[in-house]
Amino acid sequence: MRVAVCVKQIPDPASPYDLDPETHFVVRPTDQVLDDTDRYGVEIGLQLAEQTEGTVTLISMGPSGNLQGIRQALAMGADKAVIVDDASLQGSDSLATAGVLAAAIKREGFDLVIAGTESTDGYAGILPQQLAELLEVPALTFAKKVAVEGDTVKIERQTQTGYDEVESPSPALVSVTAGAVEPRYPTFKGIMQAKSKPVDTVTAGDLGVDVATKQKIVSIRPAPERASGELIEDDGEAHLKIVALLEQAKVI
Amino acid sequence: MATTWVFVEETEEGPATVGLELLTKARAFGGELAALYLGAGSDEHFAALGAHGASKVFHMAPSDLLPTASAAAAIADLAGQHSPDLILFGLTYTDRDIAGRLSARMGKTILSNATEISVDGGAVTVTNEIFGGMTLVDTTFESDAPYLVIARAKAFVAEESGGGAPEVESVAMPDVGHSGSARVTASHAERLEGPKLEEAAIVVAAGRGIGAEEGFAVINELAMKLGAATGATRAIVDAGWVPYSKQVGQTGKTVKPDVYIAAGVSGAMQHLVGMKDSKVIIAIYKDEEAPILGISDLGIVGDLHKVLPKLIEALSNR
Ligand SMILES: Cc1cc2nc3c(=O)[nH]c(=O)nc-3n(C[C@H](O)[C@H](O)[C@H](O)COP(=O)(O)OP(=O)(O)OC[C@H]3O[C@@H](n4cnc5c(N)ncnc54)[C@H](O)[C@@H]3O)c2cc1C
Ligand SMILES: Nc1ncnc2c1ncn2[C@@H]1O[C@H](COP(=O)(O)O)[C@@H](O)[C@H]1O
Repeated sequence: MRVAVCVKQIPDPASPYDLDPETHFVVRPTDQVLDDTDRYGVEIGLQLAEQTEGTVTLISMGPSGNLQGIRQALAMGADKAVIVDDASLQGSDSLATAGVLAAAIKREGFDLVIAGTESTDGYAGILPQQLAELLEVPALTFAKKVAVEGDTVKIERQTQTGYDEVESPSPALVSVTAGAVEPRYPTFKGIMQAKSKPVDTVTAGDLGVDVATKQKIVSIRPAPERASGELIEDDGEAHLKIVALLEQAKVI
Repeated sequence: MATTWVFVEETEEGPATVGLELLTKARAFGGELAALYLGAGSDEHFAALGAHGASKVFHMAPSDLLPTASAAAAIADLAGQHSPDLILFGLTYTDRDIAGRLSARMGKTILSNATEISVDGGAVTVTNEIFGGMTLVDTTFESDAPYLVIARAKAFVAEESGGGAPEVESVAMPDVGHSGSARVTASHAERLEGPKLEEAAIVVAAGRGIGAEEGFAVINELAMKLGAATGATRAIVDAGWVPYSKQVGQTGKTVKPDVYIAAGVSGAMQHLVGMKDSKVIIAIYKDEEAPILGISDLGIVGDLHKVLPKLIEALSNR
């Protein structure tokens, strides 16, 4: 099975990112990390590829920087990566991004596409569905478990009240929730091998896509601040403060 | 706004609350208001849509197929016939699935995570919150209508308008071939006890600070005493200590109770966006640096395993 996994390199969430005051785009440092939520997709991709003697190709759009994030996913075991790095795509909306990723995935060929349910920095949370529509495949979304049996893809789809069992024939797209699997840590061997794995860097022109972003940030402003409250250290009597506050709020 | 459509999914309790919130909001835009209703439907459910302002309901009845691809196609066809200006969805799983496919099908961009929608003549501006709600971003569309927007739950309050029964038009779910071939083979619902998380006046939420799955017992006990619902951070949902239905935050539920008690919760941005609009916030945590302090009315640096049992006892003695 040929598995394409959509992964995103993002600024390290541990050091808060900035927005460019002019363009309002996220300022992207050269050192970017693999979006933590994509590690789940990579892990599932690897497991399914191992089971079916298939391959895992990473698909990514964004400034490639020093490829640190992509190498993280290659070190986990993915076979190769295609990264669409094109300055004209900066600030793309979800649909434009989906258009680019769809073109890259089609060019590679696929039986299964895997994406996260939402990215850590963008979290629009609709790109997988847009991608499925563009690729004309079913979208098995919000999966907390994924299995492949022959040509059938089966998932447990998270619902508001529990989960549904959903299946479809391949080719298909699956979006996976964090916590669906335990992502593996790269081994030393994996890290060494990742350095020589193929990374194909292409532009929108190379893929023959012409997408346009149809939304524009017009302002960024601070939210109204909440008055800061009281901070105390528990001296054994802190619970009485809570009781007093609950009384004041008239809930007890 | 000449015509607004609101997508509303049927839940076990009737039309999804977020759908009714969006209908209420859309009334303020003036013009025609219709609901795109996905579910078995009943006169009672349609009446609820009418009472919240829909004068027309396009009714789509699902089969055992996952309805999303074919519902998106049905809506795209309807939009082709009726040219709505604005189509609103809630930030729920089914809504996101349909909105995303619809967006790609119609070649229209979509703005997600909206907490405010403003209409000025024909122009639509959507506001969303970043950095855990500390910063607001306003975005507009640079294409033609229909404008597609996905809004967060509880961004707006559902209120009835006294509208009568709407006109209901049944809409066929088209066969979209392979794209629509996902089938639901079984459904599993968790049995939930106590008040509903989204509706409870008091929420007691736990994070990794409870230490282990067993640590949730004291949270349950306190919630029982207070008649509260229990909530959780994603950290302990992912750890498998509590079911996903309890998750509060960006990828979980949005709550606005009178009192939110957060025990062993650090207050990551993604958690804060789901609870920061609670009236009173009380937090108990170990590290003084926890960001939850920034939005708390009362922050207690201490061990929840010491504070909560005493609190339960004090409440029992009242
Ligand atoms: C795309 C994306 C979406 C996300 N969506 C959500 C979401 O919807 N909801 C959500 O919650 N998170 C979400 N997260 C995860 C979020 O970033 C945090 O990782 C998570 O909220 C942290 O959970 P926590 O507060 O339980 O754990 P930690 O951050 O580990 O905090 C534990 C806290 O417990 C305290 N503590 C430890 N021991 C004790 C004790 N004995 N007594 C009292 N306090 C103690 C510590 O001081 C600390 O403050 C999301 C992340 C991403 C990337
Ligand atoms: N620029 C990108 N490159 C590759 N994959 C992406 C990109 N943006 C989003 N994705 C995928 O789509 C998922 C949802 O992203 P989002 O719509 O930004 O919340 C992510 O978890 C990724 O798997």
